[in-house]
Amino acid sequence: MSTAAMPFRRQLLWQKLTGAGFALPAFLLLLALHVVPLLVLAALSFTDYELGVVTFEWVGLDNYVQAFSDETFRRSLVNTLYYVAIVLPGSVILSLLVAVLVHQRKRTRSFYEIIYFLPVTSTLIAMATVWQFLLHPSLGVINAALRKLGFGEVPFLSDPDLALPTLAMIGIWQLIGFNMILFLAGLSSIPRDLYEASAIDGVGNGVDRFLTITWPLLGPTTLFVIVTTSITAFKVFDTVAVMTKGGPQGATEVILYAIYLEGFYYFRTAYASVLTLVFLTFVVIFSVIQTFVLDRRTHY
Amino acid sequence: MAQLDLRGISKSFGDTVVLRDIDLSIADGEFLTLVGPSGCGKSTLIRIIAGLEPQTAGSIAVDGAAIDHLRPHERRVAMVFQSYALYPHMTVFQNLALPLTMARLTMAERLPLLRLLSPRRRRIMAGIGQEVGTVAEQLQIDRLLDRRPAQLSGGQRQRVALGRAMVRHPAVFLMDEPLSNLDAKLRVHMRSELADLHARLRATFVYVTHDQVEAMTMSDRVAMMHGGRIIQLGTPAQLYDRPANLTVAQFIGSPTINLIKGRIDADGAIEIPGGRIGLATGLPPGSEVTVGLRPEAVVPAPLAPAFQDPVRLPARLHRRENLGPEQILHFDLLGGEKAGLICRVMGSESVVADEPVDLLFEASTCHVFDAAGERVALPASLASSPLPARPVAPLAGGSGT
Repeated sequence: MSTAAMPFRRQLLWQKLTGAGFALPAFLLLLALHVVPLLVLAALSFTDYELGVVTFEWVGLDNYVQAFSDETFRRSLVNTLYYVAIVLPGSVILSLLVAVLVHQRKRTRSFYEIIYFLPVTSTLIAMATVWQFLLHPSLGVINAALRKLGFGEVPFLSDPDLALPTLAMIGIWQLIGFNMILFLAGLSSIPRDLYEASAIDGVGNGVDRFLTITWPLLGPTTLFVIVTTSITAFKVFDTVAVMTKGGPQGATEVILYAIYLEGFYYFRTAYASVLTLVFLTFVVIFSVIQTFVLDRRTHY
Repeated sequence: MAQLDLRGISKSFGDTVVLRDIDLSIADGEFLTLVGPSGCGKSTLIRIIAGLEPQTAGSIAVDGAAIDHLRPHERRVAMVFQSYALYPHMTVFQNLALPLTMARLTMAERLPLLRLLSPRRRRIMAGIGQEVGTVAEQLQIDRLLDRRPAQLSGGQRQRVALGRAMVRHPAVFLMDEPLSNLDAKLRVHMRSELADLHARLRATFVYVTHDQVEAMTMSDRVAMMHGGRIIQLGTPAQLYDRPANLTVAQFIGSPTINLIKGRIDADGAIEIPGGRIGLATGLPPGSEVTVGLRPEAVVPAPLAPAFQDPVRLPARLHRRENLGPEQILHFDLLGGEKAGLICRVMGSESVVADEPVDLLFEASTCHVFDAAGERVALPASLASSPLPARPVAPLAGGSGT
């Protein structure tokens, strides 16, 4: 090795150390806040640990066996997917419709943007309480209106068939504003030239315009909205915790609420860890779809 | 094929007046260029013709029939955009076919899935495929039909945009600065291709550009616009040889026309710094005028031009631009206040820097503009000799603005 190479190599090493030094705080935080808790979570899922208890035993796959044979957990998983199945198309289609309509406004556009975005800015817990009042069978405004119109009372939250769809409606109401903003951004990025060129090429009416230009060019935005909406809907918790507490007859039991009950109500921490891992698996699946499909579709 | 008539077209955006009372008749098969600096209203005018923008007042007619009430695609016009406006999610074939599918297929036949049910659709699409193929062949893009616009070069996108306009066989082609996104070399090439295309299609072309070279090289007639008005309408030669005002004189021609401030003296001749031009303008003594001299009208004395009784201005060479066959010579005038003059000559090694030379020009080649910038018609007795043929054609290569 030549003598001239030494200082150069040392300099290179020093540079690498400096870089690592700058990255270290962020890396430590990532480790402490994400990686280590995840590993602890995974470890706990193989024990019988309960919150507050000093000792624990390794129980192998017992918790997993229990989880997948547990009727309550199966129901909460199905309920959650049912909820996503309503909220996802509902909020995506409605927000796209709203975005297209709002996008065409000129003077009133910011007014509509604010109106639709307000639910996003509010705290869902507080709004859930308000919705509970609105939907109350005897005191609520909505049932009062239905009575006036001659439909009679609808037990929105106490009918097992209606409770989850009702929560889904609130979920849609809350998500439309956010998705609308995303779609508006997507719409703004479509060059006006394309609409003008298409007008000359014979794309005459709104439906043709939407099918020929708007919808295809919103593809990347739509995929992004679908993925984020799926994750958000999958995380449904606030409305359940405030309005139905999983009832009536377990009709609104969802995954996050089940985890909450097991972990912080019955203190069965180990069992809650298993449910959490299942929950995380779904979120990872959605994220993977976003990363791979979305990135590929963005480039025409 | 169509004759296009604009009558009293005006356009305002709120309080901003963009077009003022435009009257313009474009003959069947004519190549007319709207040229002018940015903001002169040329793009707005072409957009009004296309139907993308409603006019505030006035009327547009194709072959005598008003088209004001028609939507863009009903107007028998096609437009090529500056950005090309190709549909990024469609292949070249789909881009070219769209105007035809829109016109020939019913809505149901265009819808996904549903369209598979129509046997009529397959027949029509086969016909469309043939027509698209023909146009693509003409433009030499038939090998690119499966590509998407993002996979094409600028020149190829330009051709696709042209092709999309051509498939419909429109009566009028509208082109909004179609070459301005191309590099200089390709622009020169596409200029001659567009001219050829016009000759082949024999359609009416309305072409918008801010580049006077494009206007001069391709057009049958040029309408120079400024401040929302057409300030001169004529053949390229008319605009170059007889500019109606200072704005046209300065805009058309590269290098820019030389302008010298002058004043009518007691004898009626024009007094300029360092010399005197014996032209009778008919303006009262003391009037301020501007004399315009094309760079090729001025010749340094060492080149011994065969001028009869030329005007002489002492000057010194300041800078030389060698363009190969010709040279652009920048002179400082020595008489009076500091002023410059640009000459364009064919090879002139004999003019040496730092050595005072006389610049020669003939009074008859002067353009005289009054204080308001309007061309002064020179009395026939003095300007009777026909305008000399231009020694050099306007620069073909560079951009004029």
